Amino acid sequence: MSTATTRKRKQAAVRRTRAAKPKKIKSKDSWSIGDRIGVGLAWFFGLMLCFIAAAIILYMAWKGISFINWEIISTSPEASLEQSKTGGFLDPIIGTLLLTIIGAAIATPVGVAVAIWLTEYGRPAPLARFVEAGIEIIVGAPSIVLAIFGLLVFQQGFFSPFSFTAEGGEVFGRSFFAAGAVMSLIALPFVVGGTREALNSIPRHVREASYALGKDQASTIRRVLLPSSRSGIATGSTLGMAQIAGDTAVVVVLLGASLQIAPEGDVPGLDVLKGTGSTLTSFVFQNSPAGEGNAPDKAYAAAFVLLSLVILLNLIVNRITRKGKQVWG
Amino acid sequence: MGVGQDQQEPEVSTNGSLHTVPPLRRIVVGHEVPPIRVADEYGDAGAVQSPEEPLRLPEDQLGPEWYDECMRTESLSIRFGEKEAVKEVSLQVNAGQVLALIGPSGCGKTTLLRSMNKLVDLTPTARRTGRILLDGEDIDLFDDTQLRRRVGMLFQQPNPFPMSIFDNIAYGLRERGSKRPRKKELEPVVVDALERAGLWDEVGDNLDHPALSLSGGQQQRLCIARSLAVTPEVLLLDEPCSALDPISTAIIEETVVQLKDEMAIVIVTHNLQQAERVADQVAFMYLGDLVEYGSAVQIFNDPMAERTKDYVRGDFG
Repeated sequence: MSTATTRKRKQAAVRRTRAAKPKKIKSKDSWSIGDRIGVGLAWFFGLMLCFIAAAIILYMAWKGISFINWEIISTSPEASLEQSKTGGFLDPIIGTLLLTIIGAAIATPVGVAVAIWLTEYGRPAPLARFVEAGIEIIVGAPSIVLAIFGLLVFQQGFFSPFSFTAEGGEVFGRSFFAAGAVMSLIALPFVVGGTREALNSIPRHVREASYALGKDQASTIRRVLLPSSRSGIATGSTLGMAQIAGDTAVVVVLLGASLQIAPEGDVPGLDVLKGTGSTLTSFVFQNSPAGEGNAPDKAYAAAFVLLSLVILLNLIVNRITRKGKQVWG
Repeated sequence: MGVGQDQQEPEVSTNGSLHTVPPLRRIVVGHEVPPIRVADEYGDAGAVQSPEEPLRLPEDQLGPEWYDECMRTESLSIRFGEKEAVKEVSLQVNAGQVLALIGPSGCGKTTLLRSMNKLVDLTPTARRTGRILLDGEDIDLFDDTQLRRRVGMLFQQPNPFPMSIFDNIAYGLRERGSKRPRKKELEPVVVDALERAGLWDEVGDNLDHPALSLSGGQQQRLCIARSLAVTPEVLLLDEPCSALDPISTAIIEETVVQLKDEMAIVIVTHNLQQAERVADQVAFMYLGDLVEYGSAVQIFNDPMAERTKDYVRGDFG
């Protein structure tokens, strides 16, 4: 065998090994065009959403901060033809807080009770499904529908203690009581959802451990399950509060959306609950170019306060969920 | 169960640790007939192998019938819907001893264990037939909560409640209603329970710390202490070490052995070495049947049934 052929063979062998050396394959190389477009869109919409959220906050902050001052949040709104004398929005701030608290105060115990019944009892099964469907309907119902229904209910003579009653016995049906009750419906699904999730995350053996110590279901729920679900309950009701703070329809229909908080009756404290008022949402609506007030600067300032409040509530939710997780083995 | 002989009072011999094997035999289901190695007192021909010299066994090989019964099941069957998880099981649980239930997964050992404090009744599809006796009384005559105070249970996963160490142990003691014991009255019980569970030295200084901040092994011992606080007569352990590291496992096993003087202990385990280490009696179950029940020494060294032999040798499971 000549040296030349040997060299040729060697070269061929080298070439072969080079060719055989695997090219690094990126998994994306094998993706179809449809998948590539899909991933691209996912990135695009994800980033766009962040951009929109940032735009809302920055725009509202810029607009809001430029109009906000101590006077505007510490004075009551006044009826005046002169824009400089129409005051601030102290009453709507108080109205928002008051309504949120009333709504959450009703929704939390009711929601927790419903969630406990659904997860721990839930029998007969058809009834449980019916209850779940009921919650779904409340979630799905537009708040204006709930508001109109609430007005219908609270205008009945039976509910006259909860709002202003005219001379002839006509019940006005609009008050913090009425609005708070309907608002609690809006918050309820969140409380139920949060509590159920927390209860479902408690392993069965934790319940059994309580039974194994000779405890009945009632004390197991009260002493073990409820304390373990605290963070879920708090999350649910805080989310519910954010919903209440942001709702307009119920305020316009059931709270009267009056300029100032107008107490009704003569029992201090109770009179406010019986009376009408407004919230930041209705204030923004009425002062926006769409409403009667036509004071967009005040609307922006109020909207900024409202947005801050809701973001604050969401931060609280994040914090609770991150801190409050119970970990069982 | 039992192969045909009447139960006789076993005659305990006085010469040291040797005892005459009692007439009642432990049993084996199916067609695998155990080799007859025992003569009864009256020299029953069928049972006699060497009538002159009745077999004698050292103390650690004495079967369950030699000891004081604390709990017993009689023809206990448990089915979940169509599936029969436990089939006609009769066995006794002795005071002062550790009984290990062994067998492959799905053999019904955990179901059997959970029936002893009626936890199995919480499953809506479960149907239980046969009897379970605690100190000779049918457990169905007790209130569930009463029964569970007398028959405590420890679970596979450590599951302290999300409250302080103190409250975890006091939990079982706190009654509903107006006669709520004060913290001061509870303290000695809590301390005692922690000491018996071997946890006092580690947590004694911070009883108000949350129980969930303890390590897994400590949590499991806390769960033991929690059960001990209500002074059970029987303690059921459902694979208590399967989620723990070897050191924690050793500590738990040590605790179990120490506790057996005060109560009857039933432990379900997949770990045969563990069963060998802690158990006095062993019951081997297979597909819902109690295949063999005898002293740990006998089951591990000289099993009668083929299935037991295979399982103990590690041929299946």
